[in-house]
Amino acid sequence: MTGTVPGPAPTFLGLPTAPRGVGHLRGDEPFPDAARTALRDGQLRANLGHATSTIRAKRATVVGEVPDWEQLRAAGKALKAATMARLDEHLLELETRVTERGGTVHWARDAREANEIVTRLVQATGTHEVVKVKSMATQEIGLNEALEAAGVDVFETDLAELIVQLGQDKPSHILVPAIHKNRAEIREIFLRTMPSVDADLTDEPRRLAMAARAHLRERFLRARVAISGANFAVAETGTLAVVESEGNGRMCLTLPQTLVTVMGIEKVVPTWRDLEVFLQLLPRSSTGERMNPYTTTWAGVTPGDGPQEFHLVLLDNGRTAVLADEVGREALHCIRCSACLNVCPVYERAGGHAYGSVYPGPIGAVLSPQLTGVEDNASLPYASSLCGACYDVCPVAIDIPSILVHLRAEHVEAQQRPTPEGVAFRALAKVMADPRRWRLAQRAARAGRLLARGRPTLPAMPPPLSGWTRSRDLPTPPAETFTQAWVREHGS
Amino acid sequence: MTSARDEVLTRIRTALGDGRATPADVARDYRQADDRSPGDPALLDLLVDRLEDYKASVLRCGPGDVAATVARALDDGLGTGWAAAGVLAAPGVPVEWRPDGAAADDGRPPGQLADVAASVTGVAVAIAETGTLVLDGTPLSGRRALSLLPDCLVCVVEAAQVVGTVPEALRRLDPVRPLTMISGPSATSDIELERVEGVHGPRTLLVVVVTT
Repeated sequence: MTGTVPGPAPTFLGLPTAPRGVGHLRGDEPFPDAARTALRDGQLRANLGHATSTIRAKRATVVGEVPDWEQLRAAGKALKAATMARLDEHLLELETRVTERGGTVHWARDAREANEIVTRLVQATGTHEVVKVKSMATQEIGLNEALEAAGVDVFETDLAELIVQLGQDKPSHILVPAIHKNRAEIREIFLRTMPSVDADLTDEPRRLAMAARAHLRERFLRARVAISGANFAVAETGTLAVVESEGNGRMCLTLPQTLVTVMGIEKVVPTWRDLEVFLQLLPRSSTGERMNPYTTTWAGVTPGDGPQEFHLVLLDNGRTAVLADEVGREALHCIRCSACLNVCPVYERAGGHAYGSVYPGPIGAVLSPQLTGVEDNASLPYASSLCGACYDVCPVAIDIPSILVHLRAEHVEAQQRPTPEGVAFRALAKVMADPRRWRLAQRAARAGRLLARGRPTLPAMPPPLSGWTRSRDLPTPPAETFTQAWVREHGS
Repeated sequence: MTSARDEVLTRIRTALGDGRATPADVARDYRQADDRSPGDPALLDLLVDRLEDYKASVLRCGPGDVAATVARALDDGLGTGWAAAGVLAAPGVPVEWRPDGAAADDGRPPGQLADVAASVTGVAVAIAETGTLVLDGTPLSGRRALSLLPDCLVCVVEAAQVVGTVPEALRRLDPVRPLTMISGPSATSDIELERVEGVHGPRTLLVVVVTT
């Protein structure tokens, strides 16, 4: 580690991380501060608790139906590992196949370059508005802001993205970006922002969905350009796949003349056959359905059916830096199902906004710091109790807890100056290495009993000790140590 | 100046290093096929169960009754007294499947399909275990906009097209065709993660299963 260069921290192979000042991978404040604010929001905690417990039960039911789930999971993990080991070759094959079938492939080193490419492509069509399918990659790079700065109106068409966009809010979940809003809050947003909405709109989810249908219908029919992400891209055939529920994806992928797809380079899979694994793993893990309502696949351009101009933008934006880390690269295996968010006790309480990145929850805690360099998201590897629930549900068996520990170590090693924690542990090591010092320290700790005034835990400590006691109970030291008790009862 | 393409590829090669490991073989020891062969009555029952679970309506009929059954499905979807002029079939749907007066898709501009009340298509394959119908853009399935814009979709599935599992279905499909996998009517779980049927795609999905 060098750790002395200004700007995003370089990785050990010097590969660039996602640039600062563009996109949504970095929060305004560290996780503990943001989480403290979020935890005071009772409505948010109620909404999240309700939604995550609903989806956990659905997922468990449909996963339980599959007799070979663990074999599929192992195959998914192996496929992703094999893909990463030959990533350059698969991307080149994908480029060849897409091009052969009438598409155009663009490469983007980072968010800024991807935004420039897409803006240029949209402007070249002469249109001033685009419809969008929900896409994590375009959120990551801040594409909407870039397009709007260039005078292009962007319409998010996924219901939850629409709620977020109309409410001038931020997404807080990978799958259900408006998970932090309940039906009453959504009704209020629609009444306030949809010009032609029925004033009698109730908060019944079906009525709210119908309001979104009416709001977007005309836009779908007149749109000339759509922008999407991709769940998978098959190298050997040039086939792209988008997995969705509402049909907004189909509208965008089918009706406009021009389609621009922005895809992280890690989304490629080698063969068509590989989809037989991922199309079983993804829907059951994400929405808890046996299969999502709609999956669209296409290869380049098909005359007479769908967009006649297709552009594929392959995005790095820090992914190669993640790939360079032999432990951390497993984070690139993520298929964005969000099962790890839904089971995480930290996510369920703090919510997605506290993570500061478009990738929240356990996967975000390992992905965001690697994409930006760990110093730009230094608090995220600690936003976990390491309970391992995320690893258990991950459909491609990403060992998130191990990557979290790995990133914590990386963060500690990158420190130029000693941290209070480091000083404390060094002192502790010294004390524990010597029996006499240890006994003296135990005796000194007993003084803490005075502070406790008979209570089982000590009160909150002043800084720097508050760093420990703010979120943890410090037990009152016992009247005698184990050794003392042993000597008293058995003699030395 | 190096191109973005060259630079990204160089970065990948740097990240993986010179002595990159040969990837381990992927063990495909998951189920490759259902024990039951395509069209097995138990598979048809499973398909029907899964379709109905996701709020599609299913009617069964023999090969001679397809048009009449499609008409009955349209009674359900559009209400009795529907106008045949509002029903459009994929161009490859056999005439004997089409209700009287329903025309074949003439390739009109996609936007005009929004005014069509219902469309009728065949499928390329159906997956029993997941309740999925796959349309592949051939004349029998029709172009993608045809199964998208009309608010009511009728799909005719022949027994032999029904396979048990996802891997069997993908083996039967051409990956370069524009494919649409449909599992129930359009739906959303975006409000409190409760599934609600009917958003932008057809709000009504009717399936006619033809048994021999």
